[in-house]
Amino acid sequence: MNRETSRVPAPLLLPAALGVAFLLLPLVGLLVRTPWSQLGNQLAAPGVGEALRLSLLSATLATALSLLLGVPLAWVLARSRARGVSVLRALVTVPLVLPPVVGGVALFLVLGRQGIVGSWLDDAFGITIPFTTAAVVIAETFVAMPFLVISVEGALRAADARFEDVAATLGAGRWTTFRRVTLPLVAPGVAAGAVLCWARALGEFGATITFAGNFPGTTQTMPLAVYLALQRDPEAAVVLSVVLLAVSLATLLLLRDRWLGRGAA
Amino acid sequence: MLAVLALVAGCSGEGADEDGGTLTVLAAASLTDVFDRLAERFREEHPGVDLRISYGGSDGLAVAITQGAPADVFASAAEEQMAVVTGAGLAAEPETFAGNVLTIAVPEGNPAGITGLADLAREELTLAVCAPEVPCGAAAGELLEVAGVQARPDTYEEDVRAALNKVGLGEVDAALVYATDVAARPDRVDGVEVPEADSVVNDYPVAVLDDAPNPAAARAFVDLLLSDEGREVLARAGFRAP
Amino acid sequence: MSVAASVDAVRGSLRLQVEVTVADGEVLALLGPNGAGKSTFVRILAGLLRPDRGRVVVDGEIWDDGATFVPAHRRELGMVFQDALLFPHLSVADNVAFGLRTRGMRRGAARERAAGWLARVGLEELGDRRPAELSGGQAQRAALARALAGDPSLLLLDEPLSALDARTRLAVRAELRRHLAGFAGSTVLVTHDPVDALALADRVVVVEEGRVVQTGTPVEVSRRPRTDYVARLVGLALLPGTGAGMLVRLDGGGTVAVAEETSGPVFAAVRPESVALYPTRPAGSPRNVWPARVVAATPHGATVRCELAGQVPLVADVTAASFAEMGLAPGAEVWASVKASEVAVYAR
Repeated sequence: MNRETSRVPAPLLLPAALGVAFLLLPLVGLLVRTPWSQLGNQLAAPGVGEALRLSLLSATLATALSLLLGVPLAWVLARSRARGVSVLRALVTVPLVLPPVVGGVALFLVLGRQGIVGSWLDDAFGITIPFTTAAVVIAETFVAMPFLVISVEGALRAADARFEDVAATLGAGRWTTFRRVTLPLVAPGVAAGAVLCWARALGEFGATITFAGNFPGTTQTMPLAVYLALQRDPEAAVVLSVVLLAVSLATLLLLRDRWLGRGAA
Repeated sequence: MLAVLALVAGCSGEGADEDGGTLTVLAAASLTDVFDRLAERFREEHPGVDLRISYGGSDGLAVAITQGAPADVFASAAEEQMAVVTGAGLAAEPETFAGNVLTIAVPEGNPAGITGLADLAREELTLAVCAPEVPCGAAAGELLEVAGVQARPDTYEEDVRAALNKVGLGEVDAALVYATDVAARPDRVDGVEVPEADSVVNDYPVAVLDDAPNPAAARAFVDLLLSDEGREVLARAGFRAP
Repeated sequence: MSVAASVDAVRGSLRLQVEVTVADGEVLALLGPNGAGKSTFVRILAGLLRPDRGRVVVDGEIWDDGATFVPAHRRELGMVFQDALLFPHLSVADNVAFGLRTRGMRRGAARERAAGWLARVGLEELGDRRPAELSGGQAQRAALARALAGDPSLLLLDEPLSALDARTRLAVRAELRRHLAGFAGSTVLVTHDPVDALALADRVVVVEEGRVVQTGTPVEVSRRPRTDYVARLVGLALLPGTGAGMLVRLDGGGTVAVAEETSGPVFAAVRPESVALYPTRPAGSPRNVWPARVVAATPHGATVRCELAGQVPLVADVTAASFAEMGLAPGAEVWASVKASEVAVYAR
């Protein structure tokens, strides 16, 4: 049995269909142009597996870092009444509008060898960040975290704050309340944000190639490999893109069932 | 506005004489400074010609020409891309007007004390070279092989500008880039001359296209490029004579 | 004396100045219209809001006196909200055990205790359900169990029945009454429904526009209301005036004959069922007869409640039959009469 109101109203149908076509056709184009016979060769090519593994690892680490920093930040944005929060909210979205390459340069200026923090890290601990896998994770986090923050902030605003009052009357301090009440309440929003964040991190190119450079095995992620392949062998680039797409889609579908599925139920 | 358009259309319709019509030049992006300067000179000498220069990656420009983009002159940053155009039968007899060699770009003051290619094998050095997929990367690989240097790059950059930017920011100690790129960034980047570089010269060919709407003006532009005056402007920008 | 609270707080356009005390085992109802500041007051008692000035002392322990402030989660209290507000991500049993766990009880013991409380509110079978699977009445019972499970010294009930439908409200009210009778601590009940206050409270405090306007037992408040609001709630017409022997000269004009001698400022209160309506001036000579006009008529059980305008504003209950016979409708001109012995009169 279907709810009558869940049927799509006619005026929405056409734009929705156009939207699907708009998103799907480039994908179809990619698939049509894929030289499937080369698939095996390309996958076996040295560096492809490495780039894929590095992409998945760094995107996952970037998502973890974004959760660690972004969820508390979202809480502050959603709940704090302090002055300047709206300015802070605008600043958080800066990485969304900043061309990623510029973001990469900005990261250099802070965390690079000559950067404000980076030079101190170098002097004090002998740590240099650029051109390492850590730099990939940082670049991806910089670009992808706003997606998580915005999504979680929205969920926090929509959540009923009275549950937090109830928790307080039941002896839960603010931290306990956050862990045991607020966070579970906004879990679907956090999951959706994490998925967006992960997807954005996986596709990240500009900030990564600028701040982390491009070295097979340590900093060459799939998007970088795709871009460089495009310079010499466009067919190989198409194959690599399709591989990246397939892996990310498979991951997202798998997570959706286990994770978002429960939140939506 | 309409009048201007009509004028332009009229000119290009009449087309062909050395002192009139429209002249369209497609040039590699690395030639921007040089061609802008030469364009000033050309306009002084040929006030009747409406000169338009479009800069871009050589490969993109070559594809555009084979797809039928109307143009009079093509100046490429590599013979490979010129070969695409000549191979399609769209131009004959390209002439080499300049050469570009690799050099070591270092941050201003050369903090790592690099004196030559051999230093690029030093382990503590942070080194950027272009990715082997792009022309400057292929050249760098060839040069290092000729010199017998086991360089240890930390990053393979997507193009020369990206490599140079990292030098400018002081984030790498050295990068292998073209001499012209160093010449274009006198403020934050110094160059270290590489004697071995002469063995790997990247030639810049130019050709008047067969279907040029304005062949006379096209020829005049190429002549200016090949003249002593042209050579001087090229040399100032770091190019070598062919 | 278990709870003593005095509060002075400004919320928006409302200035709340309320002072109450609640004894151990006593149920105090805060009765008042929406926006009177009742909920603000209990939120201050709970520590969810801080008053501008005030003092809350429970069992001799200072919870709030300006200098000291015990945050909500350190106060030994239980609170039930209008919507049960069970945590949707926890099972019903885990909801009830929540306060026990945050206060350090081990999981097993907390589960056992929660199960006991669920049994006491008649939900022993439903502990494993999600809150979304409960009816409104069941959810509110679970919320009560959750609030009581931690053995609070103060129980706060903020409109606990007003989100329920009429039939459920009756059942839950009866159950609440039973649990409150067995509860050793103090209870503060906030409600705008006089029936809740009268059925559940030992003492009623009427709050209007941030101030206490009347305090008394439910019987006192319902028999002798001191404001129009309460009078209307309990269905009385409240006539302020000045006692002059066996007469009351009403502030609004006219006089009412009463059965006892009074003097000074008084209220005369008339119950709707004591008012008789006549199409023409009644024969004989009842002393309280006034011309009036019907301005509103609403069915009220087997009778129709008529609001009357005139020099003496009254409310009259007439049977549906006589309502129809007399052709009463808004606008109808009638005569209203009340026996002197049916008029309650008390000092203002």
